[in-house]
Amino acid sequence: MIRAEPWQTAEISGSMRAIPITKPDVIVAAIKRSRHPILIVGYEAVQEDSTEAKPIDYAIQIAELIPAQTVATSHIISEFARRGAKETSTMPILDIANRLKDPEWKGLDGKGQYDLAIFLGIQYNLEWVALSGLKHYAPHLKTISLDRYHQPHATWSFPNMTPEDWEHQIKTVVALLEDERHGS
Amino acid sequence: MPRKDVHLRLEELKTDLTEIKGLEIAIGRIIEEEWAEPMGPTPYPSVTTLREWDQKLLKKYKPMYLPYCDSCCLCTMGKCDLTRGKRGACGLDMSSQQSRIVLLAASMGSATHTSHARHLVEHLINKYGTDFPLDVGKSVGIEVEAPLIRLVCGVRPRTLGDLEPILGYLESQITQLLAATHTGQEGNALDFESKVFHAGMLDLVGMEVADIAQISALGLPKADPEAPLAEIGAGTVDLTKPTILVIGHNVPSAVEIIDHLDKSGLQDKVEVTGICCTAHDLTRYDQRAKIIGPISWQLRYIRSGIPDVIVVDEQCIRSDVLVEAQKTRTPVIASSEKNCLGLRDRTDHEAGEIVADLVNGKDPGALLLDPAKVGEVAVRVAVGIAPQRTRFKAVPDIAETVKEAKRCTQCNDCRRACPNNMPIPEAINEAARGNINKLADLYDVCIGCDRCESACPNHIRVHTAIARAAEGKLRGERSKIRVGRGAIQDVEIRNVGAPIVLGEIPGVIALVGCANYPRGGREVAEIAHEFIKRRYIVVSSGCSAMSIAVEKDSEGKSLYEAYPGTFEAGGLINVGSCVSNAHIAGAAIKIANIFAKRSLRANYEEIADYIHNRVGAVGLAWGAITQKAASIASGFWRLGVPVVVGPHGSKYRRMLLGRRDKEEDWYVYDARTGGQVYTGPAPEHLFCTAETKEEAMVMMAKLCLRPNDTTKGRMIKLSNYIDMHRKFYGVMPDDLQQYVRRESEIPITMKDEIIKILKESNWQERPTPDPTLLLRMIGVRKAK
Repeated sequence: MIRAEPWQTAEISGSMRAIPITKPDVIVAAIKRSRHPILIVGYEAVQEDSTEAKPIDYAIQIAELIPAQTVATSHIISEFARRGAKETSTMPILDIANRLKDPEWKGLDGKGQYDLAIFLGIQYNLEWVALSGLKHYAPHLKTISLDRYHQPHATWSFPNMTPEDWEHQIKTVVALLEDERHGS
Repeated sequence: MPRKDVHLRLEELKTDLTEIKGLEIAIGRIIEEEWAEPMGPTPYPSVTTLREWDQKLLKKYKPMYLPYCDSCCLCTMGKCDLTRGKRGACGLDMSSQQSRIVLLAASMGSATHTSHARHLVEHLINKYGTDFPLDVGKSVGIEVEAPLIRLVCGVRPRTLGDLEPILGYLESQITQLLAATHTGQEGNALDFESKVFHAGMLDLVGMEVADIAQISALGLPKADPEAPLAEIGAGTVDLTKPTILVIGHNVPSAVEIIDHLDKSGLQDKVEVTGICCTAHDLTRYDQRAKIIGPISWQLRYIRSGIPDVIVVDEQCIRSDVLVEAQKTRTPVIASSEKNCLGLRDRTDHEAGEIVADLVNGKDPGALLLDPAKVGEVAVRVAVGIAPQRTRFKAVPDIAETVKEAKRCTQCNDCRRACPNNMPIPEAINEAARGNINKLADLYDVCIGCDRCESACPNHIRVHTAIARAAEGKLRGERSKIRVGRGAIQDVEIRNVGAPIVLGEIPGVIALVGCANYPRGGREVAEIAHEFIKRRYIVVSSGCSAMSIAVEKDSEGKSLYEAYPGTFEAGGLINVGSCVSNAHIAGAAIKIANIFAKRSLRANYEEIADYIHNRVGAVGLAWGAITQKAASIASGFWRLGVPVVVGPHGSKYRRMLLGRRDKEEDWYVYDARTGGQVYTGPAPEHLFCTAETKEEAMVMMAKLCLRPNDTTKGRMIKLSNYIDMHRKFYGVMPDDLQQYVRRESEIPITMKDEIIKILKESNWQERPTPDPTLLLRMIGVRKAK
């Protein structure tokens, strides 16, 4: 197992730490096992400009391939519409996290609580506390951070990566999900 | 102790020494009887007096805990692993531990303001006497001079001396709260939360004590909408003059500096500059003083070498101020027992001797616990040392910055230490090639914490490099701020009470708190401007009030120059420093009292119930940092006023979030009928975080909705909410069916579109109640 450190040096979480994603297959396997996944995408998904495509573009592809309900946090829902994404909801990050810890919640689609929440593009510290809340109070939920910064409170998280390495990994995730869809 | 279990009542007492009428003593507290308003149910509330009210709020706005780490390490049985429902060796679980930490923070904040007030009151009594009258605006008709003290304690303070027993009450209560955090005391998360609210309520009272004392005794602006303008920004400093820098919150030492300058005829020959709230209060005292900026300006300004002497009092001062000052050989005078900085106490030494030692560099600074001596020494040191310090008035030149940048190995440690994840390595890389523009760009977002520099294994002076690259920006910072006006006038409340309560003024937006901004202070100014243009009442204080001064309109005027300082629609009010936040809560309380004629005296629950259900006020602490910010917010929560924080505010470890999808949470009593009526989730949250300024603005517009809004008022509030949602989100809100109660509330220009949305969600019209959360209020108003 590789050593993964929190991106922000002082953000040491404690006794229960994320499993570093060493291979994108881990993400695909977790998605395959999930019966009801949700994808939560934040403001930084439209801010990153050092990659070929913005994280939001990959988020849209992943949501369609899974398929998963998508929640746009902050004010970026129009960015999804502009890119032709379907069925995107909007809610502040801690509002959606608050619902995710409630086993009785009916879900945004009325199909009940989710069992896998995938995060991308939330400001590091905000995602950090949201994942911490979920780690402690949502035992029914697995969480994945797809950001290029290691999030120690997630169930699985990428280790810290350069934008280039991150893009390579996320493209592989997309390719693997496409393979899954086509049954290969 | 705070309950009136024992009474001694004297109708009339005549002795050789005195004559007393209508005196009631309740366990050591003097309760004034010659006040037509009867004593309410909760004078001097104890820790549990308002517990039931707190539980009502906490039922709607349940805590969402966001643990900062998995363990507790507060006793020697620990560390204890509290993950996923485990309990520690003392029996505490994670929720209780988190709420305990929140209580610790709120108690620290409350203790700090109360201690500040204690120092200030004792100093002012020492100088002006116990009987010095309190006056926060008698000449402009202010009769409710201390709404928080009246509400919480049930007394009307008339003199400085009257404030002392109030401080005694606060101190005893804060001690109780701190005791509750000890191992083996409180064990229930919701009871901890109730105590957090109590700490916040005490905090607001402590702040009111401090500000009404200094307004009265120091002659600060008395509820003046046209309070003078002062200069703000490092670019306003005349570099040819000796310069004094004051940092902190407690103004007596800074006031003595001004007084000494006047006394010695040096008022035009020395610059007095300030950072943080002492600067606010100093400009309230004398507009020749200049504000440099918020808390985050400390390092960049000290390192610029401009200040010739630094005077620190208390709160929010960098702990390394002495270390930093020594880099530019700037003497430091510490003036508070709470912040001695390891300096030698020279309070009893002769001033000339201290001045000589500081000017000659024999000592790096001195601890002086006499404000008058601070005033004299600071001025004399500045004048004496300035000619010797000319060569230090510069940060390293660009060549040196480039040379340092070349040491960078791109290890990313600086970026990983930066709270805002700024792209420092890339900027340093560019600097190594001679291009400092990217470093200069970081200046606008940098919060001045210096963690980058501390983290650098190659000892690159990163923060200094940023300040150097942006020196032009620093020197160009010059604007105008309206100095803190203090309280809101009773007549202003009368003028706006009805439109606020009925909803015709869409809301009161309070921009408060520190400068830990996620993307720079300009965002606060942009938020202020958006709401001013929409005819909300915008109130500001502290660092946020300073950040608002940055924005200028097309004519180059700051927002304070462009908009009136009146508490009215479209007004921009700077109440003043941290302790002036009490006037914001005071304004909400006065609406209930002056406009709605609700009895104020020790009548906390009823007033809070009124504010929560009727006064569309929302606080935003976009850059909240401190425990004081936590306690201030807690005080507003107990009054039922929602508070929004920026993304860093989520580190306070818990939010108080409503669930709009849980219909059962949003019923109130109709005070007219006693029936329970669904009101919709208004306001939706009591404490929440926004990720971006756009999200914060939409959130705040929605949080101004109240159950009591009239049809017209709800239409105006919805217009703003929907319009901002469309403007910033690009789509219609998805929760209109919960807020539109009648078709007549739908904004006319959007009627067709909204009716279509409502029909799709099976919406039905519903009544507007006379809302209350208190069973005992049913039928009461009608009967009256």
